[in-house]
Amino acid sequence: MTSHEDALSSVRSGWDRRTLLKTLGVGAVAMAGVPLLAGCTGGSGPAASGGSKSLTFGSGSSDEVPKAAYKAVTDAFTKKSGITVNTNVVPHNDFQNKINTYLQGSPDDTFTWFAGYRMQYYAGKGLLTPIDDVWEKIGGNYSDAMKKASTGPDGKMYFVPNYNYPWGFFYRKSLWAAKGYEVPTTFDQLTALAKKMQGDGLIPIEFADKDGWPAMGTFDYLNMRLNGYQFHMDLTAHKESWDQKKVSDVFDTWKALLPYQNPNALGMTWQDSAKNLGDKKSGMYLLGSFLTQQYTDKTVADDIDFFPFPEIAMEGRDAVEAPIDGLLLTKKGGQNSAAKDFLAYLGTPEGQDVYASVDSANIAAAKGADTSKFSPLNKKLADAISNAKSISQFFDRDALPAMANNVMIPALQSFIKDGSVDVKNLEAQAKSLYAAQ
Amino acid sequence: MSTSTNTSPARAQRPAAAPAGRVRRLSRRDKWVLSFMVGLPTLIQLILVWIPTLLSAALSLTRWNGLSLDDIKPTGVDNYEFIAQNYPPFWPAVQHNVLWLVFLALIATPLGLLLAILLDQNVRGTKIYQSIFFTPVMLSLALIGVIWQLFYNRDSGLLNFLLGTAGTPQAVDWFGDSHVNIWAALIAATWRHAGYVMILYLAGLKGVDPTLREAAQIDGANATQTFFRVIFPAMRPVNVIIIVITVIESLRAFDIVYVINRGTNGLELISALVIQNLVGEGQVIGVGSALAVILLVISLVPITFYLSRAFGKDKEA
Repeated sequence: MTSHEDALSSVRSGWDRRTLLKTLGVGAVAMAGVPLLAGCTGGSGPAASGGSKSLTFGSGSSDEVPKAAYKAVTDAFTKKSGITVNTNVVPHNDFQNKINTYLQGSPDDTFTWFAGYRMQYYAGKGLLTPIDDVWEKIGGNYSDAMKKASTGPDGKMYFVPNYNYPWGFFYRKSLWAAKGYEVPTTFDQLTALAKKMQGDGLIPIEFADKDGWPAMGTFDYLNMRLNGYQFHMDLTAHKESWDQKKVSDVFDTWKALLPYQNPNALGMTWQDSAKNLGDKKSGMYLLGSFLTQQYTDKTVADDIDFFPFPEIAMEGRDAVEAPIDGLLLTKKGGQNSAAKDFLAYLGTPEGQDVYASVDSANIAAAKGADTSKFSPLNKKLADAISNAKSISQFFDRDALPAMANNVMIPALQSFIKDGSVDVKNLEAQAKSLYAAQ
Repeated sequence: MSTSTNTSPARAQRPAAAPAGRVRRLSRRDKWVLSFMVGLPTLIQLILVWIPTLLSAALSLTRWNGLSLDDIKPTGVDNYEFIAQNYPPFWPAVQHNVLWLVFLALIATPLGLLLAILLDQNVRGTKIYQSIFFTPVMLSLALIGVIWQLFYNRDSGLLNFLLGTAGTPQAVDWFGDSHVNIWAALIAATWRHAGYVMILYLAGLKGVDPTLREAAQIDGANATQTFFRVIFPAMRPVNVIIIVITVIESLRAFDIVYVINRGTNGLELISALVIQNLVGEGQVIGVGSALAVILLVISLVPITFYLSRAFGKDKEA
């Protein structure tokens, strides 16, 4: 009977016609199953113990490929466990913009989200259910860095990572081989290389910031290499003040790099920059690995290589910026053990292989996931992540979204324009915005 | 039914008894229909316009994370102080809105008037020209973005190609250089606004009594004098509308800068800041509401001024 009741309660909570119909369908199936279940329990006593047989799954992965990939995962899960998954796909911009109302209304049991400040924020507000019991099962599948990124502000586990993609420098192997460039491992080597490239008539470091967010990658890496991962986390959570020497140092260091970055960055999108790199007009490009999707020509795509951001002052190259996407359990979903089973399934190499078999653009987050189909570049990217001691999520995921969108974008754009930044004002704005949360 | 039989004799008698006042008794049904027709729009107006306006005015005095209603904390005028003192894009946005107004009023609107006068001269193919100039008004936001991107793009745009600088380091970055992008955006805005003004003035010119023109010519006025002394003043109702439209357009200017770079880096406008703060991920409800209230107050000043002038004069005349 429990399964039927669950189906009914989910009908009540989501009055949307489509879910209603879907759930009625599920209900009908469950009804048909009732006599069978009753027959089972007759002999074996409390074995079933209230385990429900369906869950709802809210997905913001509305693009064709990820949508199909999640469908493959839910199908495989249903096949394995007999638990039905009702997926509600919402266009991803809508999903992100409406997350507040979604979580407070009648959310699905589990939903797609990302690690970082906004996960922590909703966890702190009590809108998510901690899943330490799930992590007891899947913990061994993840590196310490992944575990750190999945932990809430109260030290409990909340997040199941599915995949991620690292940020770093990308370049064309053939160009570097022809000119005899070598991968820099320190900041001094990087600037020396950039200078050499400039002498060769190249734009040393490709750069685009018309959309405002790409420059955050440079800021994050400089900050983590100068002040360490923890400082990055504390600064983005506004536990550290912006008005201090450590922050001004980041911008001062950046000033040494600015002359080598594409001077037209403010009028360019990252796609424009990707084209320049592909055309060998520029030497290297600091961006996320989604850059490689731009190269549809296979000879160019195979010619792309990667190296991590060079070390500067602290922690070598331990920290990697690699935004993680995965699943969370809502407050409501905490009562549904089937939802926890689903999260546990996604946290296994098996579940992630199913996802990656459809969507191969990203790197599976679990250890032991199938890497046999990886290109050499993908293998390198995966190594960069698995060797990382700490993983940051990119400024706009680690910080308050308003801080990233309304404060950092204009501040970084004006820094790119004239090399000046007012850290006092950044602090004043941060103070006001974080207080409003 | 009884009411209609009662009123019909009254109606028949009244013109004789009191010819000046054409007062008619309204039947119950008339009253019902009238109150419905007045009441419904009022209700819609109230729900869709006034209540949200008052709510955002109230929210502008609070801090709220948008989660539960208990989290709303009154803060007095903190949000306004923040905007005026600590929010760097605000003052540039005000300046840009003023520049926008001046540019539309001095260049775009007169250009539209000029087009209207030219096309009013019974030029051959005038309908085609009209359609061409009016097209930008009807285009969607996304299309406008694409069109101007093709025109202004630094490396592959038409403009730099014509200037012969495309692909060279001297090429002007029309969208990325914060000294020139506001002008690029203003040209794009003019392209739309002039077409709009042109259509309104064309209608106005058609409505001017031709005998006025003839009379002016008989009195010996030349074409310029006829236009500025006779025709233009005769179009006063259209002029008022154009003024109001120009002011409103310059205050709510938004779409063009939004498609260029979402209103950052030299293209800040108050309306773009409102959107940035109220919609989407960077939501700061208190600050966004305060910006919206500021925009509302600014818009109210010119609109009430011109409308009261327009209607006031109509009453005198």
